[in-house]
Amino acid sequence: MIRDYFKFSYESIKKRKLRSYLTMVGIFIGIAAVISLISLGEGLQVAIEQQFKAVGTDKIIISPGSGIGPPGSAVVKLNEHDEKIVERARGVLSVVGISFSFIDINFKNEVKYSSVLGFPLDSDKLALAMETSNNMKIAEGRMIKNGDTGKVVIGYRLAQDELIFKNGIELRDSISISGMNFKVIGIVEKIGNPGDDSIVYISIEDMRKISGEEDTYDYIYAKVEPNIDVNAVAERIEEDMRDDRVLEKGEEDFGVQTFESLMNTFNNIFSIVQWVIVGIAGISLLVGGIGIMNTMYMSIMERTREIGVMKAIGAKNSHIMQIFLIESGIYGLVGGAIGILIGAGIGKGVEFIATYALGTNLLQAQISPFLVVGALTFSFVVGLISGVAPAYQASKMNPVDALRYE
Amino acid sequence: MVKEGKEGEEIIVLKNIWKIYKMGAVTVEALKGIDLKIRKRDFMMILGPSGSGKSTMMNMVGALDVPTRGTIYLDGHDISKLHASDLAQIRGKKIGFIFQQFNLIPVLTALQNVSLPMMFQEVPAIQREKRAVELLKMVGLGERINHKPTEMSGGEQQRVAIARALANDPEVILADEPTGNLDSKTGGQVMDILIKLHLEKKKTIILITHDNNLVKHAHRVIYLKDGKVLKEEMRKRTHD
Repeated sequence: MIRDYFKFSYESIKKRKLRSYLTMVGIFIGIAAVISLISLGEGLQVAIEQQFKAVGTDKIIISPGSGIGPPGSAVVKLNEHDEKIVERARGVLSVVGISFSFIDINFKNEVKYSSVLGFPLDSDKLALAMETSNNMKIAEGRMIKNGDTGKVVIGYRLAQDELIFKNGIELRDSISISGMNFKVIGIVEKIGNPGDDSIVYISIEDMRKISGEEDTYDYIYAKVEPNIDVNAVAERIEEDMRDDRVLEKGEEDFGVQTFESLMNTFNNIFSIVQWVIVGIAGISLLVGGIGIMNTMYMSIMERTREIGVMKAIGAKNSHIMQIFLIESGIYGLVGGAIGILIGAGIGKGVEFIATYALGTNLLQAQISPFLVVGALTFSFVVGLISGVAPAYQASKMNPVDALRYE
Repeated sequence: MVKEGKEGEEIIVLKNIWKIYKMGAVTVEALKGIDLKIRKRDFMMILGPSGSGKSTMMNMVGALDVPTRGTIYLDGHDISKLHASDLAQIRGKKIGFIFQQFNLIPVLTALQNVSLPMMFQEVPAIQREKRAVELLKMVGLGERINHKPTEMSGGEQQRVAIARALANDPEVILADEPTGNLDSKTGGQVMDILIKLHLEKKKTIILITHDNNLVKHAHRVIYLKDGKVLKEEMRKRTHD
């Protein structure tokens, strides 16, 4: 029977095409917003998780300042003494201190600002530094190594024409970083996001010559021994550093975080952002639902006589109720389906722009079957709920009055 | 001619029916103590000027409404106090309606319109369609089953409505001014079908009209005035 009612409702909706589409606009705007934002959000989350996982969940990051601020902005920097404290903590396998700066780079008299990382060249430490830098790999030339000075390895984007410099930097080219001359000996494989692909890598000694600082680091990374609880090690490091600095808990001028905790922080922020988005989309769906309700009331008024006829020829109240509920459900469902298509289009469009215009692979629209089914179910339910009051009113109509309605 | 035996069994009985409408402070007594027995195979006409209570009478006879006072029996069951949905189910099974304005559902085809009463009785789809096609053939619209009401003439629409009225094979056909919106030729065709249903399918026909010319087809005529039965007339029909 339900199938027949579907056909019936479909015919009624089809008859008033323009009104039906206008009614569904509210729903498909809401659903399109949900689909595009959530798909991109999920994509971003997946991409970031992948990056964290690539770096490894066995790493601990120690940063100056009380949290994660912009790199290089902390007043009290970390130093080699801190590195030793970290190294001595139980469970720590290896440690590397890295310095960071955002400085001017001159290539063929063109000056751009870029991120510069200073890596220690001791082979164990260098390996860990590379691991923590998105597992960077050399595409051309070689990595800087022990004994190198005045040598530089550049990120993928720096080597491309028209991206950062007019002419991409090539192997054996000379560049000047904050007035000091360097020779390019290696180019890094594409990582996939513009920030990481624009980094310049030099030795920490060269970095200190540029900055004039003696033994400071902007980050210290620690890798823990296999099968050891990273969080426990992180706690020990935090304790040791606090003791060393004679600080009480809560007074730390440094931060110790595992990638796992960073990932959790990101995920928490993401879920808050997503709920906010869903809330906003919810308002749009509420408005859409009211639109459906309005249309249903109008449709029922216009078809009062039809309702009278159906009752005269034997329709029970429940039959009338079902017919109109299905009709409002269809508004929701079709509105939702159109919304999903539009939302997926927007999501993929943003992904396309991000990939080709911005060069990042962080924004990948992830349209999961769960999201699609969820959105369809939700929009159908919104339609149904919006139809309850009008359908009830229709079902309660007195056949005599309804038949007399002009 | 009223015959004795099974054919003379009472199908609808109205006992002291009152219908009082309250319109603000004013109360209108539309029916004032009607007593009426409609027997199986009757061809009955209810005649009266507007305001005589004709429409209210049709609502009572057709189980569309319940009386303020009095009892209505449909096929032996008291229906005067039934719930709206139960009333609808009985109505759908026992009574076929034909209206002056045809009242087909505009978005549905002839076939779907005829199937509708069966849908409300939850008849399986295949059976429904088979019967709807048969009925449409019977009223001479076998070629037009997939047309919508807007693509049909008034006479055709009324024939679809007749087919719809017959969908659940009801005992009684209740027609309210069935020829009122038709010209005399198509109106005549519709009357012919009703007469045929009466004679061949042995249906009880109740026709509500103000058209004295139709009286010749009926063998019982009830004249209504001011909510009361003015007189009842037994006639020998032209087609007997």
